[in-house]
Amino acid sequence: MKTRPNYLAGIGSVVWLLIVAIPLYVMLSGTFQTREEFGDNGPLSFPTSFTLQNYADAITSGFGRYFLNTVVVTVGVVAIVLLLVPPLSYAIVRSQSRAASFVFRFFLLGLAIPAQAVIVPVFYLINSVGLYDNLLGVILPTAAFALPICTLILSGTMRDITGELYEAMAMDGASPARAFFRLVVPLSKGGISTIAVFSALQAWNGFLFPLILTQSESTRVVTLGLFNFQTQYGINIPGLLAAVTLSMVPVLLVYLFARRALVQGLMGAGGK
Amino acid sequence: MTTLATRRQATPGGSTPSRPARRGASSVGRPGFAWALPATIFFALFALVPLAAVAVLSFTSWSGLGDPEFVGLENWKTLIADPVMLKSLWLSLLFIVLGVVTQTPLSILLGVWAAGNQRNRAVLSAIYFIPLLLSSAAISVLWRALLDPNFGIPGQLPWLFGDGNLLGTQAGAIGVLIFVGMWQFTPFHTLIYQGAAKSIPTVLYQAASIDGAGTVRQFFSITLPQLRNTAITSIILMVVGGLTTFETVLILTNGGPGTDTTITAFYMYQQAFQSFDFGVGSAIALVLVVVATLISLVVVKVSGYDKMNSSLEGL
Repeated sequence: MKTRPNYLAGIGSVVWLLIVAIPLYVMLSGTFQTREEFGDNGPLSFPTSFTLQNYADAITSGFGRYFLNTVVVTVGVVAIVLLLVPPLSYAIVRSQSRAASFVFRFFLLGLAIPAQAVIVPVFYLINSVGLYDNLLGVILPTAAFALPICTLILSGTMRDITGELYEAMAMDGASPARAFFRLVVPLSKGGISTIAVFSALQAWNGFLFPLILTQSESTRVVTLGLFNFQTQYGINIPGLLAAVTLSMVPVLLVYLFARRALVQGLMGAGGK
Repeated sequence: MTTLATRRQATPGGSTPSRPARRGASSVGRPGFAWALPATIFFALFALVPLAAVAVLSFTSWSGLGDPEFVGLENWKTLIADPVMLKSLWLSLLFIVLGVVTQTPLSILLGVWAAGNQRNRAVLSAIYFIPLLLSSAAISVLWRALLDPNFGIPGQLPWLFGDGNLLGTQAGAIGVLIFVGMWQFTPFHTLIYQGAAKSIPTVLYQAASIDGAGTVRQFFSITLPQLRNTAITSIILMVVGGLTTFETVLILTNGGPGTDTTITAFYMYQQAFQSFDFGVGSAIALVLVVVATLISLVVVKVSGYDKMNSSLEGL
């Protein structure tokens, strides 16, 4: 495995690197140019002047507010996921009741329920409980749709806790709750941080639920802000690119610190 | 070899994980079903009950105000007679097929390549990963800007893109959507294949080398067959992804030109939330549900998800 050269894939990987990197380069270099310069020199050119005006424009046109709303949604979703998924995964992995394995299949099925498919009833539900145009109304369904994949990831991690460890706890006569807090949670820290990062990412990037379930400027999130910018700004491409870049900054920061947790979780999510 | 040890723990059949043989542990860490209840109720409320409700709503007329009104098969008759609905299904199918065909070979090659141990591969993989972090909205806005007919990349390369208005024709718009989907999702599938390729036993390659098999031969005789299950999982995820592409269509093409990129998921949104015909929207959603559920059953059946394999496999 170590020294198996694969030239075809090697070439492909470099080509793919260009395909991934060039748009990101254009995006970044565009944000530092004035509209005139960008228009004259074209997107592939290197910025000659260096302006931060585009970022200033993006921020003053409401992005601060959008960020705050997105943070609220993200924190809410992560909190719900962290509250619900560990006990669920614990039950799935360790419970002997048939119901638990049935529930696991339920969640697996949920993995393939597209949000679009249920968006009308969710809209109806949120409307009728009076949460329309309220960030809580976005948080609840977003968290619900994050559950299946998080459960899959975390129960995978919890399954790696060996029976011997439970036996050791048996010596102390531990209850399931005690085993959960003293053994299972500490040993699945890795998986728990993965689902935290993963659900945060989903919440941060969520689009459909905010689009359908909110309306006013005061509840607008970053992704909707971008969408709106595009219709508003139209041809101010450097401004638009600055807004896109801003929307990515927090995610990229998290990626720097939590890369391992995220990558491992996703690798595992593919199954085998 | 932790991978082997963990794999053995998974019980084929998947109902319950390994039970320790000795008695002492049997009573410890065996939580009751109550532990699963909060999450299950919550999930049912926002995902499963709506799934049932969408079926009911598909027999009603509702404009978003007041209460839904029962209209029988009215919405279904409308849909069957609707040429756009039929077209949207064909387009969805086309999206799915083109998505799978473009993303699968690329992600297998990249994934197998990235499974090697060299340091530069780790660095490159980190860069590949970036599109996966970005929201569909950000990606769509970015590409819309990059493809702008006046200020974008195509205008600079007329020998390649003609008049530069890629989104103005059906073929161009579909091409762009497929390409952007590939840009966004190939990293994810690469990662899946990377994990799987890493867990192929080295012994197989050593044996093949001794038998004199070259790299290409090894790739086709060992790597590909070993990746079969992963490929099935990955392809099914692509199918579901293609079926439900939404933000990208809304932002990049808005279903156009005309209805030339109006895939079913987007048509559902239009009918429900732009024409305020939630009954018809629900009927379309039900079509999506049926298709997605069929696919998900295949996922669980074929991919071995329900065998509860350890997520640490392949690391």
